[in-house]
Amino acid sequence: MSVLVFLENWDGKFKKLSFELVSYASKLAGMLGEEVVALSIGQVDTAELEKPALYGASKIISIEDGNLKSVDEQAYTALIAGTATQLGAGVVILSNNNNGKSLAPRLSVRLKAGIASGVSRLPVSVSPFVVYKKVYSGKAFSNVEIKTPVKILTLAQNSFELIENPKPAVIEKSTAQADAQLMKTRVTEVEKQTGKILLTDADIVVSGGRGMRSADNWGPLLEMAELLGAATACSRPVSDEGWRPHGEHTGQTGKIIAPNLYFAIGISGAIQHLAGISSSKYIVAINTDKDAPIFEAAQYGIVGDALKVLPKLVEKLREVKSK
Amino acid sequence: MKILVCISNVPDTTTKVKFVDDLRKLDVNGIQWVINPWDELALTRALELKEDASNAVQMVTVAHVGPASAEPTIRKALAIGADDAIRVNTDPEDAFVVAAQLAEVLKADPYDIVLCGIESSDHNGSTVGGMLAEMLEYPSVSCVSSLRIENGQPVVSREIDGGKETVSVPAPFVAVVQKGIAKEPRIAAMRGIMSARTKPIRVFEPKAIDGLTGVTGYEMPKPRAACKYVDADNAGQLIELLQNEARVF
Repeated sequence: MSVLVFLENWDGKFKKLSFELVSYASKLAGMLGEEVVALSIGQVDTAELEKPALYGASKIISIEDGNLKSVDEQAYTALIAGTATQLGAGVVILSNNNNGKSLAPRLSVRLKAGIASGVSRLPVSVSPFVVYKKVYSGKAFSNVEIKTPVKILTLAQNSFELIENPKPAVIEKSTAQADAQLMKTRVTEVEKQTGKILLTDADIVVSGGRGMRSADNWGPLLEMAELLGAATACSRPVSDEGWRPHGEHTGQTGKIIAPNLYFAIGISGAIQHLAGISSSKYIVAINTDKDAPIFEAAQYGIVGDALKVLPKLVEKLREVKSK
Repeated sequence: MKILVCISNVPDTTTKVKFVDDLRKLDVNGIQWVINPWDELALTRALELKEDASNAVQMVTVAHVGPASAEPTIRKALAIGADDAIRVNTDPEDAFVVAAQLAEVLKADPYDIVLCGIESSDHNGSTVGGMLAEMLEYPSVSCVSSLRIENGQPVVSREIDGGKETVSVPAPFVAVVQKGIAKEPRIAAMRGIMSARTKPIRVFEPKAIDGLTGVTGYEMPKPRAACKYVDADNAGQLIELLQNEARVF
């Protein structure tokens, strides 16, 4: 038996979230007395394929069929399910990101495996298999029992620490190929943003709300993000007004993120906004209204005008960073 | 072409959730039930597609798996503009049961495009759409932020990490949709509300299907430590606290 981890690559590289998955799988495998096998689909070179071993994978299987550059949900599902069945995997772990959300439910049906999505902790118990997960958009948590012999988990991004646990790695290049019959979708165009820190990957996020008052006032916020190596975000009214792009909207219907540090600047903290950011480790609130709900979610706060406070923060950061 | 929109019946977003029965059941007292926000956007897009005659969409149906108590929410979808509705009469144990009951209905009465919201705002599972597609052996595209029909062929935009892909996919297929699929959810007009009263809700009795998972109990989040305030005139002190106390950079 083994714990199987599905690893995505981005232009041939694994990201931090891939190693979070392996770290989690490694701890879980310890609880179950099993081994971690990682499955990579796509073109990844050998040096990169060795990296999951640093976090506890004993075996890395690589499927490199050139037809698998973009995700076809049916074809990918068939390959992951085939690997899981071949290994007799008891648990399959994916990220709760775009691709994980696309593949995990199909795998669940294929493998007759119950699924718990968006988990952030190791199971409460493994027999029965019970996991703790966020429900009601973060307003509560549930303990979910997976009753099937095979289990599927999707792990919330940035919710589990990287734990080094080097293992001698076996890298197995698989000759498995996409089933052409299943490849029904066709990607005709790809747009990728380059050179920017992705909101969902960022350790620090600087986010602005209506308190920024207009699209013209974003300069100091962007500078602060730059100084911190942070991604930028915004609340829904801001993207609706067109002050910032829709891709920056964090909240229940926008992006759901869990950075280590989230700056809510001129954001009152409506329940829909909190649903997208409440898993952040630290929340800093800057708002003129001392009764704004964001202060209930925050660990640090400044009651004041965002446009007056921001330049002071930028000035201090410049000083700190120049040391 | 026929479009099916799967809808979930969920507590209004502003609900303060509470649990009863030793934290095993949601306290439904005083809850206002609504169409799951993403499903409402999906319905809006389906209706927009139908209104443009060149798309040749004849029918928009909503489907729900749940007891009769969900009918006000289904009527709301009909008032917004769906032509008819399907309800499978059972209180489902988990997402797998929801998908399996929908799959049974769809095998007998196929639709060309099946739309599901990316998640329901109660269990945050993101699973029904993909499960349904696999059960029906349909192709699926998830994280869809736009859907159009070009020369009879569905074309979608899919959000990927740090970008977007345009994907063409043959019908029948399942699109799991998210923000962007429609601008604003459509609101029911008085005429729609009147006509919804007489629109048909087809009720199906459930097949015997067991769930794969079960909720054993709920927990409330632990209260966060009280907020530590820094004076606005001395804002720079915040940076020091973040650096030396929280140690986040």
